[in-house]
Amino acid sequence: MRALRALFERELSLAFGRGGGPLLACGFYAGIAVMLPLAEGPDPARLSAVAVGAAFATLALASLISLERLFERDFDDGALDLLTLGGAGLALVSAVKCFAQWLATGLPLAIVAPLVAISLGASPSTAPLIGLASLLAGLGFSFIGGIGAALALGTRQGGVLIALIVLPLFTPLIVFGAGAIQAFQSGLEAGPPLALLAAYALCACALAPFAMAAACRNALN
Amino acid sequence: MTENASRLSGLKLEAVTLSRGARRLVADVNLSLSAGELVSVTGANGVGKTSLIRAIAGLIAPDSGVIDFFSGLSALDAETVRTEQVHLLAHQDGLKSARTVRQELTFWSQWFGGQAGLDTAVEALALRALLDLEVRKLSAGQRRRLALARLVAAPRRLWLLDEPMAPLDALNRERLAEVMDQHLKAGGMIIAAVHDALPLAGKTLQLERAS
Repeated sequence: MRALRALFERELSLAFGRGGGPLLACGFYAGIAVMLPLAEGPDPARLSAVAVGAAFATLALASLISLERLFERDFDDGALDLLTLGGAGLALVSAVKCFAQWLATGLPLAIVAPLVAISLGASPSTAPLIGLASLLAGLGFSFIGGIGAALALGTRQGGVLIALIVLPLFTPLIVFGAGAIQAFQSGLEAGPPLALLAAYALCACALAPFAMAAACRNALN
Repeated sequence: MTENASRLSGLKLEAVTLSRGARRLVADVNLSLSAGELVSVTGANGVGKTSLIRAIAGLIAPDSGVIDFFSGLSALDAETVRTEQVHLLAHQDGLKSARTVRQELTFWSQWFGGQAGLDTAVEALALRALLDLEVRKLSAGQRRRLALARLVAAPRRLWLLDEPMAPLDALNRERLAEVMDQHLKAGGMIIAAVHDALPLAGKTLQLERAS
């Protein structure tokens, strides 16, 4: 327990520094929000129609940014070898890493997400729901992204590989997340898609660590 | 923490064969080691010293042969031994350059189950003056001392060392020899890949290139 807490603190401090950390992801996110009106034209009706969808798709891409380094640095500098020799096991190590990654990038993104959606024309009443959906989706993005990051260890062009592996698995999160918000906007029940989103994200939390552990073992051997 | 019944007191390699990719490294390595013993593994560059050490640490699966751990006469579960009683010191030391010496030493000590404070380790490897420096500012020798301090901070029975002396100056080689000697006297075991003979009594395992 003490070892895991120590690992969590280390991962959190590394995640905040990793590839620009939360600032880069949030900046990327805000950048899309600024460019979309330039590309799409400033007509509020058109923008508000795509606001939620664009915000959610951007969220998925922004989550990808720092994933490449999730395991890579520890792999390159030998820390992953030493992490396997601790009592916790690689699955728990992976889970702690992804959880810290979620806190360092998913949480800031979930705070920025409602602002971006509203500035693109979504109704302010949707803000809490967008925040919640982004938070849940971010949890899924981190854990599923971790699988891609672990599988890409030791390859060149790891970032491309991660995107290839991970983006298809992101789709349910995007569909249910944006679906919940659109349902709410059109006066329907947001609960069911939100529940499906939570189920998918939690399922990823439960299963992904084992896949990551196996992929790391394979890369070390 | 570790009960006496499961305390590692022996290690045995039988006919271990290793390869990396398609290249056969070492073939039929036999080795036995008991509490308080040191083995120096020697051999030319690229012969497989590091791979042998990684195989004992469980990071590489041997092509054939067995690596067994014992407590007295009873065999121990290898996975448990590796996660509770084995330390690895490799070229790549796993230290993060942006963190301070204190942060890294504290983290790794806790990760490996160290219970006591860091004082003993800090004194043994003379790190006191470096504690608040970032790891990136350390020289190669200072960095190695930090990596070694982890072994002292969290006591484990079997030390796997890959060229532990390499970047150290004469004074620090003496310090390390002293640390290793104490570890052996306390019943620990050391397997060290070396080019120059260690200033400690022990067995030697000469690795030959497999044909």
